Amino acid sequence: MIYHPRVHSKKPNVNPEPEITTKILEVKDLKKYFPIRKGLFKKTVGQVKSVDAVNFFIEEGETLGLVGESGCGKTTTARCILRAITPTDGEIWFQTSDQKLVDVTSLSINEIRPLRREMQMIFQDPFASLNPRMNLLDLVGEPMLVNGLTNRKERTEHVAELLRLVGLRPEYMRRFPHAFSGGQRQRIVIARALALNPRLVIADEPVSALDVSVQAQVLNLMLELQERLNLTYLFVAHDLSVIKHISNRVAVMYVGKIIETATTEALFNTPKHPYTAALMSAVPVSDPSVRSRMRPLEGDVPSPANPPSGCYFHPRCQYATELCRTHAPELKQVSTKHYVSCHRHDELQLAGVV
Amino acid sequence: MTKQTMPLMPEAKPLLSVENLKTCFELDEGTVKAVDGVSFVVHPSKVLGIVGESGCGKSVTIKSILRIVEKPGRITSGKILFHSAKSKERSESGYIDLAQLEPRGRQIRSIRGNEIALIPQEPMAAFSPVHTIGNQITEAVLLHRSIDSSEAQRIAVERLHEVGVPNPERCMDMYSWELSGGLRQRAMIGMALICEPSLLIADEPTTAIDVTTQAQVLNLLRKLQKEHNTAIIFITHDLGVIAQLADDVVVMYLGRVMEVGPIDDIFHNPQHPYTKALLKSIPTINTVNRSRLPIIEGSIPHPFHRPKGCPFHERCLDAMPGSCDQQLPALHPVTDHQSVSCFKFHDFVDKP
Repeated sequence: MIYHPRVHSKKPNVNPEPEITTKILEVKDLKKYFPIRKGLFKKTVGQVKSVDAVNFFIEEGETLGLVGESGCGKTTTARCILRAITPTDGEIWFQTSDQKLVDVTSLSINEIRPLRREMQMIFQDPFASLNPRMNLLDLVGEPMLVNGLTNRKERTEHVAELLRLVGLRPEYMRRFPHAFSGGQRQRIVIARALALNPRLVIADEPVSALDVSVQAQVLNLMLELQERLNLTYLFVAHDLSVIKHISNRVAVMYVGKIIETATTEALFNTPKHPYTAALMSAVPVSDPSVRSRMRPLEGDVPSPANPPSGCYFHPRCQYATELCRTHAPELKQVSTKHYVSCHRHDELQLAGVV
Repeated sequence: MTKQTMPLMPEAKPLLSVENLKTCFELDEGTVKAVDGVSFVVHPSKVLGIVGESGCGKSVTIKSILRIVEKPGRITSGKILFHSAKSKERSESGYIDLAQLEPRGRQIRSIRGNEIALIPQEPMAAFSPVHTIGNQITEAVLLHRSIDSSEAQRIAVERLHEVGVPNPERCMDMYSWELSGGLRQRAMIGMALICEPSLLIADEPTTAIDVTTQAQVLNLLRKLQKEHNTAIIFITHDLGVIAQLADDVVVMYLGRVMEVGPIDDIFHNPQHPYTKALLKSIPTINTVNRSRLPIIEGSIPHPFHRPKGCPFHERCLDAMPGSCDQQLPALHPVTDHQSVSCFKFHDFVDKP
């Protein structure tokens, strides 16, 4: 049998005239539905709308924080961008290093390979994302090998350079991951992500598995590398303090949708969406003299398989009206970089973090 | 040689007092001193927070109190004096030394779950998935009280209602996997409180749940603690949670108590270099955007390679060569309320 390469009916959308823009990534109406199957014939009986029409962009050199509670679709969004999973619908425009705009969703697997050099991922758990049978040279050098840097000597030199960059001693190159602590392992993961000089780094909860005293080290390192290498970060996390610390802009997700996005300062000082405000008031303040501030939301996060009608947040929202119960609000621009999806955004006066 | 001095308020009779507790794990590779001479007291109806990073011995400390340390771990020395209100075999003073009890014996079993209850970290793992919630909660009460099952059912429903489970009768017949994370943790709290314990141990009860749900659970714990006058040992690595809940704080590092004191003093006037550095290095919601955080250099030593002397000296900016790297500082009072184990403040040495 002769192998026929798969012919893609969908032509890759390559913008013929590259516009000059600073947006490195623009996500338009991204959707990822997972089918719920039941019965003998695995009939699809419903859909989990993990990511439901998400829109956002990232400018070159900035950090966009993506924050939300578990199950809100943060990780799914991040994985769709890398095409680690194929999105159901939507467009993901990425500006390549040669100034071309490419729609990641329309590319075939072979066409996406070269793009993966420019987009890299840092995973949450450095104990799970490093193969225990590979030493640092192989771990950090593998992306180079896959991408054609076969000269072992050159590769070794490059790995040594990367290890130095993330604050590890190059002499440790022959050691295996078990010899390193959590923070050091996360440095290895970062070195591996940087091996191919990416421009966009997607960090999925990079510090949540680390000890508090080590979190600060990794956050500082990420800030430092961003400045030195002009990296762009999509920083996914559930911890508002970490998000506030590292991001230029923040997008807040709730049940598969982005409900508010703004510059970090605007979001934390003048939140426009009641969920954002609730999220901030729920964070325990590390000062024993302010104890009354914690006002929790009632109820639980709804299931993305069976979301409520209208605005997904209305069952937990103290400001909900009849309109919120029936009509889903759209993400609207309220000021230069501030977008919010709430029917009552202009009348509500919400408290941020003082 | 100095004995570790008991910190805090001598006037009140403590509910639990842990004195120089040592718990070791003897492994083929060597002995791990998970808890190495820990002392603290818990007062009735107060919340004691134990803070520390992973591997600092917080969990082993509470496991030692409950006598559920897994083999090959064992308590090698120290006292765990618990003031029992229900046990018949307590001494005249009312105290029982839990460290002396048989870990599988009748006496500890009558205390565990009855007078000292535990809220584990992950309710998903702590509830059995093949028994209903009601079944598991009534089991706890039937073990400790001589009542019939319909009475136990009634108490369980009442307790679930109290912890804010909507429709508690229905919840009784549900399985743990049918509940959301927040509800599951509420049910777990209900189960822990079913026998009205005088001491509740909460081992990172909110780390596995979301921030909005965490706030609900913390408020619930605070409310229940006031209503039932239960003392709580609250273990966490989240300083925000501690600040919101605790009355007193114990800061642990590598199986040792570094500093102990009232919550306000620990947060506003920390003494020990580790406490200071820890407080500074954590990004809070109030820190300046995109600034460099002051960090603690290095990482927590491997338990097999504990440094000689003070366990923190290798990462400490104030370490004094000759003393910190040679001898182990004892926990000693530096102010009326606060005790610190650091040679910067005193030169009391703790001999092994």
